[in-house]
Amino acid sequence: MANLVNLMIDGKACSVPSNMTILKAAESIGISIPRLCFLEGIHEQSNCRVCIVKIEGVNGLKTSCSTKVTEGMVVRTDTKEVYEAVSFNLELLAGNHKFECWKCSRENSCEFLDLLRRFNVDNDFSNAKLFDQKEIKVNNTSDSMILDSSKCVLCGRCVSACEQLSGLGILNFSNRGSHTYIGPAQFHNLEDAGCIYCGKCIQACPTGAIREKDEIKFLERALRDTSKTIVVQVAPSVRAALGEEFGYKIGTNVEGQMFAALKELGINEIIDTNFTADLTILEEGTEFIDRLQNGGVFPMFTSCSPGWVNYLELYYPEFIPNLSSCKSPQQMAGALIKTYYAEKLGKKPEDIYSVSIMPCVAKKSEAKRPEMGRDGYRDVDLVLTTREIARLIRHRGIPFKDLEPIRPFGLLAEYTGAGNIFGATGGVMEAALRSVTEILEGHSTPVDFTEVRGLDNIKEATYNVAGTEVNVAVVHGGAAIKEFMKRLKTTDKQYHFVEIMGCTGGCINGGGQPIVSAINQEKYDVRALRAKVLYNIDAKAEFRKSHESEAVKTVYKDFLTKPNSHKSHELLHTHYKKRSFYDVKLDD
Amino acid sequence: MGAKINFTEEKINELKAEMVKNMQEPGPLMPTLHAAQRIFGCIPLPIQKIISNELDVSIARINGVVTFYGHFSIEPKGDTIISVCLGTACYIKGAQGLLDAFSHDLNISVGETSKDGKYTLEATRCIGACGLAPVFTVNEDVYANGSVQLVKKVMQKLKQEK
Repeated sequence: MANLVNLMIDGKACSVPSNMTILKAAESIGISIPRLCFLEGIHEQSNCRVCIVKIEGVNGLKTSCSTKVTEGMVVRTDTKEVYEAVSFNLELLAGNHKFECWKCSRENSCEFLDLLRRFNVDNDFSNAKLFDQKEIKVNNTSDSMILDSSKCVLCGRCVSACEQLSGLGILNFSNRGSHTYIGPAQFHNLEDAGCIYCGKCIQACPTGAIREKDEIKFLERALRDTSKTIVVQVAPSVRAALGEEFGYKIGTNVEGQMFAALKELGINEIIDTNFTADLTILEEGTEFIDRLQNGGVFPMFTSCSPGWVNYLELYYPEFIPNLSSCKSPQQMAGALIKTYYAEKLGKKPEDIYSVSIMPCVAKKSEAKRPEMGRDGYRDVDLVLTTREIARLIRHRGIPFKDLEPIRPFGLLAEYTGAGNIFGATGGVMEAALRSVTEILEGHSTPVDFTEVRGLDNIKEATYNVAGTEVNVAVVHGGAAIKEFMKRLKTTDKQYHFVEIMGCTGGCINGGGQPIVSAINQEKYDVRALRAKVLYNIDAKAEFRKSHESEAVKTVYKDFLTKPNSHKSHELLHTHYKKRSFYDVKLDD
Repeated sequence: MGAKINFTEEKINELKAEMVKNMQEPGPLMPTLHAAQRIFGCIPLPIQKIISNELDVSIARINGVVTFYGHFSIEPKGDTIISVCLGTACYIKGAQGLLDAFSHDLNISVGETSKDGKYTLEATRCIGACGLAPVFTVNEDVYANGSVQLVKKVMQKLKQEK
């Protein structure tokens, strides 16, 4: 335990632990020091110099995010000298920022713009002749993400987030001085740089320099195309976070308003990806039981998270046989929309425009995989992130907060609590266990498997299922994946079933979810609050086991016959392939 | 473009042997990059990828180091390296004109290597010969009191030697 030290900040006395920084000490007494590059626990390298303060008796100005408090210290955070210095730093940053705020994905969540407003920055350098303008580089060939150096303020938050959260280090600084840029080595195309598209960099970026590929326009066009019927699916986690874009507190369930807003946009067929999450459990559970009874490859890995599938194909291709052959719920829904649902609507698959709303940027690339369609059409034509659909709702002037909640009104909108918890880490595992144990034991089994819940990076549990000890593990986030795969290669323990998600916390913290500012990331446990929404829905659900879903039973009876049937395999299962990156040949 | 280098199996094995040695000590990246620059004359992405696999350092980070230090290069350099000093004294005495003259004669920009792989043109910081400004070097040879005429003469001589 650190000793307490006494200091004065802006004339207010405070007493804080000696290992605290000035920034944190000031916050503890309600003084908010501006900051830009500081992202607690992730990036604390004090390179933006926006948080500078005056310490009496010390020359110059010091960065409050990295300077520790000392006994008797007298700090001024808002003198004229500090104000002018911060304003000037911001002027310099603004001079190298391309302002396209009207079309920027960060229209309402730009930390940089907030600072420019707070300091009334004139932006005198943008067009100044002698000011060294950096070269603009745009990396936009990937299906998921765009890196745009014209908006980058070189704070380095994305570099640290990528290294620490994904464990991959896809992004870094290159070159020097005014030529410095952040990106893959040599600004190599992101799709060939080993990136899994978890989007932790997007969530860390204070501006719009790293963002999802903006595809709102495609939906706007489809809505005006009278030859198309639009069918929209919405992932479990979207309802747990979308409200944040409209001023709701983190952790508010806005399911009803979300469906109402989609209706307001003019979408008439809405289905719930939760439904195919239930279907996934039936398919994946049956696959697991089959492996268990017929000596298949273990451990079996879940395959719902496209970030994780990317990770495996790129870094651990030797484990491809372990990956479940099930498509993700998004792609299962897409396949059913273009077949079963099209038939029900009396439409040809090519006349249906299938859209999914996802908390994820990797989903955009997943939908574009060549095997995710047939007869020349795509199962999912367009993927929008939670942020994109929020922007569209806002741009259309739809009063989200005033909307009367409604239920979805498509054929495939029923779901159980099990399908809904897919969005949180441990959710897929719990949902699978609920069904697998009951199917194998032939009698009613418990609903809650709380051991696999929570935010520990790697969770392990052992369950006795019909006389067999089944070892399960739940892993989330690239860094934890790396650790777990290392463990897997060295341990003697036989794991049977492992749920892996590309993002820490699971889909609720996906790279397509609303941006939480650095300061709010410190204040709130975002992942836990959003996950709670899903677990609350589950707790209140009438049916909490996927195999009890009437909608799932109907689809099997009418169309798929049974789990892992020939038809299921054709539509709901897929295959994977080893991929390499930085495929640059040596020219000899 | 520019010069071609041979990335032979033998040279790659030489680099790998260096890495095995370097990994015995903390901070194996810098000595490895020095070795790679010496062996290949440059450190392009495929070489960075080999280093990344062996040292478990991300390619983006390696590239960051390679592009930070002037000693390392991504592209192979020419047999003859022409460096024009752009330090304050040389600059004031007209070094930019020398640089432009070389650039025009060789038909390449600063930092580039000619298509035949023979020449690389660089701008350098002060080389400590301010009294002789403006100064340029051709490989190890220093040329003092540079002028556009001198540039022409040197280029003529270089071309005859080849």
